[in-house]
Amino acid sequence: MLILRQFLIVLAVCLSGEFLNRLLNISIPGNVLGMILLLTLLLTGVIKLEMIDKVTKFLLDHLAFFFIPAGVGILNNVDAIRGQWIPIVTVIIISTILVIVTTGITIQLLKKKESV
Amino acid sequence: MDILDTPYFGLIISIFFFEIGLAIYKKTKITLLNPLLISIVGVVAVLTIFNIDMAYYNQGGNLILFFLGPATVILAVPLYKQISLLKKNFVPIIAGIIVGSITAIVSVIVLTNIFGINDAVAISLVPKSVTTPIGVEISRQIGGIPAITVGAIVLTGILGAVIGPGVCKIFKIKDEVAVGIAIGTASHALGTTKAMELGETQGAMSSLAIGVAGLITVILAPILINML
Repeated sequence: MLILRQFLIVLAVCLSGEFLNRLLNISIPGNVLGMILLLTLLLTGVIKLEMIDKVTKFLLDHLAFFFIPAGVGILNNVDAIRGQWIPIVTVIIISTILVIVTTGITIQLLKKKESV
Repeated sequence: MDILDTPYFGLIISIFFFEIGLAIYKKTKITLLNPLLISIVGVVAVLTIFNIDMAYYNQGGNLILFFLGPATVILAVPLYKQISLLKKNFVPIIAGIIVGSITAIVSVIVLTNIFGINDAVAISLVPKSVTTPIGVEISRQIGGIPAITVGAIVLTGILGAVIGPGVCKIFKIKDEVAVGIAIGTASHALGTTKAMELGETQGAMSSLAIGVAGLITVILAPILINML
């Protein structure tokens, strides 16, 4: 019963996120609006961590598992990436290095500046 | 085969390969042998070898997929737990994640152009640095192919975990906050598992970056794609 009740809270936040997405007609996905909403509710103390702790643990512990069907869906798209996987992997490698370097250096420079 | 025409089939092979993946990862501790990657490869192998239609798998698969929504929303919880660390270094952290997220989006658009990768695939690679539930949503929003996005996200995550610490060392990124945010912004939860091994601050910062980078990319991706 407890888990169902906790799940109900999370589902209500999900539904509100979808509702906001349609109401405001913006390009931010309903799930992401739900995330912002939940963060707001936690910060304002309307929802306490222990009210959703069991469901949180279940969802976060199995996060990777929920992506299996989405990944398997790649089977329907082999034609789209056929013969392109080497450039795709190259793009991902270069881009990932660039992101790490630009992010890290920006933070390091700004932190030094703030502490001076 | 009729026996496959149930939701149980997709559920069972997904859980089966995930358990195998977890066991392999725990035993070897090799980042490349990521449980999600092993599960995807395993399920794809079974479907291909036995020539099983995706529609059969999806009966169970769709049940699993449902949990992605609540899983995205619940990412607010780790973000909430890190909020004091964020407040302490607010400007550098937010500026760093914004710069990193812009770099991620722009570099993918420019590089896919240089390599002549077709548009639908190129667009699918744009959200590769953010966490999967948000990345899938962004992909849908900007007209990408979510399945390709998931593949790119998993690959990026594994890559960030494998090369992240080395890249930081080469470019003299030593500050613990900077290292954590850099790895988290570039390679979401999979990178974060590595950042946690580097230290408590790095891990906490990396997990903070997952949520913030996701939010910033949601806003910036459509804008930057329209501009370029």
